[in-house]
Amino acid sequence: MSGKASAAAIFAENRDAGPLAAIDPRVRLAAAITFLALLAVLHTAPALIAALLAALAAAFFARLPFRATLRRLTAVEGFLLFLLLTLPLTMPGHALFSLFGLPVSEEGVRRAIVIIVRVNAGVLMAAALLSTMGTMRLAGAMSGIGVPPRIAHLFQLTVRYVGVFHEEYARLRRAMRARGFRAGSNRHSWRSLGHLLGMLVLRSAERAERVAWAMRARGFSGQFRAFAQRRLERADRLFILIWPVLLIALAWLEFG
Amino acid sequence: MAHIPDGVLSVPVLAGGGVVTAAALAYALKKLDEDSLPRVAVLAALFFVASLISVAVGPTSVHLLLSGLMGLIIGWAAVPAVFVGLVLQTVFFGFGGVTTLGVNTMDIALPGVLWAMLFAPLLVHATPRRAAWVGAVVAALSVATTAVLVALVLTLSDSSYTLSARIVLLSYGPLLVGEAVITAFACGFLARVSPDMLGARALRRGGKIAASS
Repeated sequence: MSGKASAAAIFAENRDAGPLAAIDPRVRLAAAITFLALLAVLHTAPALIAALLAALAAAFFARLPFRATLRRLTAVEGFLLFLLLTLPLTMPGHALFSLFGLPVSEEGVRRAIVIIVRVNAGVLMAAALLSTMGTMRLAGAMSGIGVPPRIAHLFQLTVRYVGVFHEEYARLRRAMRARGFRAGSNRHSWRSLGHLLGMLVLRSAERAERVAWAMRARGFSGQFRAFAQRRLERADRLFILIWPVLLIALAWLEFG
Repeated sequence: MAHIPDGVLSVPVLAGGGVVTAAALAYALKKLDEDSLPRVAVLAALFFVASLISVAVGPTSVHLLLSGLMGLIIGWAAVPAVFVGLVLQTVFFGFGGVTTLGVNTMDIALPGVLWAMLFAPLLVHATPRRAAWVGAVVAALSVATTAVLVALVLTLSDSSYTLSARIVLLSYGPLLVGEAVITAFACGFLARVSPDMLGARALRRGGKIAASS
């Protein structure tokens, strides 16, 4: 997790822009899942290059903000660096050159490049199709493609309370700072943070109880209203026609 | 490091994680009262926010997973809570992946739930000191199990990840320490202030959930 992640990103509802904005959230979610599932089996250079190009095109059509997207990519690169550092040194194969007396194998480097391209294509495509639609539409899309409605509703409710607790947490932290608290690596800091966490648990539990009672008082019995879905329009149908063509083309490049 | 992105794991591993998580989700949702969804949502949100807190451990700082504490407080409901949190992190921050949601939920949520179930009996009428120790042990075991599971899914996906997986295992050291210490203090605090909270009894209908109600 990077410290850059703020809860604010979650509340930016519907920042859709560009041609992709016209596409129904359900269709986009299904498209993202199918693309990422296919991506998991791609190994060959032409297929991976095509997948990366498709992801870049999607990012362009979604008008993704440049700097935020770059931040996303660097966050993943950290994980990859960790994972792939050893690959060129440990995979047996033809040695390209030696580093600190260890042979760097061509197969290892190739494998590392495959994974880097695959992961970045995945991150870009997911960002392009999903990150701008906003949480409430995403919940609707989830239920629209067969995710159990309870999970979708849980998702909606959770988003709503993330905001509440983020404010609560910020307030408690401000109060601590006002009393001169600076988080360090020592017993006092850990105890304070542990108590802060306990306090948050306590307040959230009280709030949960209040919410449950309030909802019961208004006649809630465990059933929400179903999500309303809009009709698919021309742009959606066009997209549904184009998407399988892209997937089949990628599969053909890989296996053909 | 528990957030594995799309494109790293092999298809059988992804499918396996998906099946395990789907089963755990179904079981957890079936166990819930029909009207406890708002409560789970509130606690899921809490743990999502708490995972944004960075804790300094020696020269590094870590973000907590809190799976052990979640297991102790909400039991099986931790599975949907973690799942929803991971969906949020994936879509809005780009941590983790879409196809890896199943594997990641399994890696993070299940250890917390299972270790908490094992140790929950020790929390009945526990002194704050004992509650803190139980919290530390459950948190440490949960993080260690998560680390082992992450290393395992990497190794199963591709044998060339073997050495990397071992390095990933080592990288969990600071998190294990931070998580155990913070969870211990949080559990000690809760045992002192509101003893009913611990032991996954928080979601029981009619259970007294807070000190002031």
